[in-house]
Amino acid sequence: MSIMRVKAKARGATTEVKMMAKHIMETGQRKDKSGNIIPAQFLAELEVRHAGKVVFAANLGPAVSKNPYFSFSFAGGASGDTLEVSWKENTGTSGTETAEIR
Amino acid sequence: MSMSRRVLIKAVATGGALLGLGALLPRLAMAAWAREAFESNEQGAALNALYGGETPEISAQVILDAPDIAENGAVVPVSVSTDMAHVESISIFIESNPAPLAAQFVIPEGTAADVSTRVRMGKTTNVTAVVKADGKLYSATKEVKVTIGGCGG
Repeated sequence: MSIMRVKAKARGATTEVKMMAKHIMETGQRKDKSGNIIPAQFLAELEVRHAGKVVFAANLGPAVSKNPYFSFSFAGGASGDTLEVSWKENTGTSGTETAEIR
Repeated sequence: MSMSRRVLIKAVATGGALLGLGALLPRLAMAAWAREAFESNEQGAALNALYGGETPEISAQVILDAPDIAENGAVVPVSVSTDMAHVESISIFIESNPAPLAAQFVIPEGTAADVSTRVRMGKTTNVTAVVKADGKLYSATKEVKVTIGGCGG
């Protein structure tokens, strides 16, 4: 299941990336109706690669908002290139998705 | 096989020592998720756990962009940028949160030291951005007033 929405645009010599993950970012501080703590479930690690090279990496805590949003830019990248986005939850669940630079 | 047993043993021992040294080198290029830093409930301790005791120097070159007043603490936009050279990482701390360290961004060579994200804030408190450049720490702090906290259920 893909959770990342990536908008990457090549602009001259750089690529601008905006991305949002569809994720609840459960903090582990909330309680359900019967007073039990809802266990933490958040994106802890993110890594974006272009042509095999890491261009962005983030380590996150549950203080990052629900549906985390990030923007960054890197030198290089051309329209049609592929970005590889890997993510890992604190629970150990992980995934890798790809997006095309426009 | 010309290598004597003694030479072989020595080679293996040296190789082993090198491997051990590699394991001891702290967080090279790709920083792993720093559990102690992320789980620390006090900003100073979180900083120590992430950077090993060095105190960041307040710098006007660290540009921290966050709202003066956040109406909704659940979604507070924060941007950090700097024109410093050789930036290695950028991290964001929210002082009064249950765990102050919100995020740590690794900036590889070629990537601009300019990142934006959105964070949760439980209440009015200081937001601090820490930039690691050329092995040194620099920071900028701004108070953000929160009207409705974003950590409750």
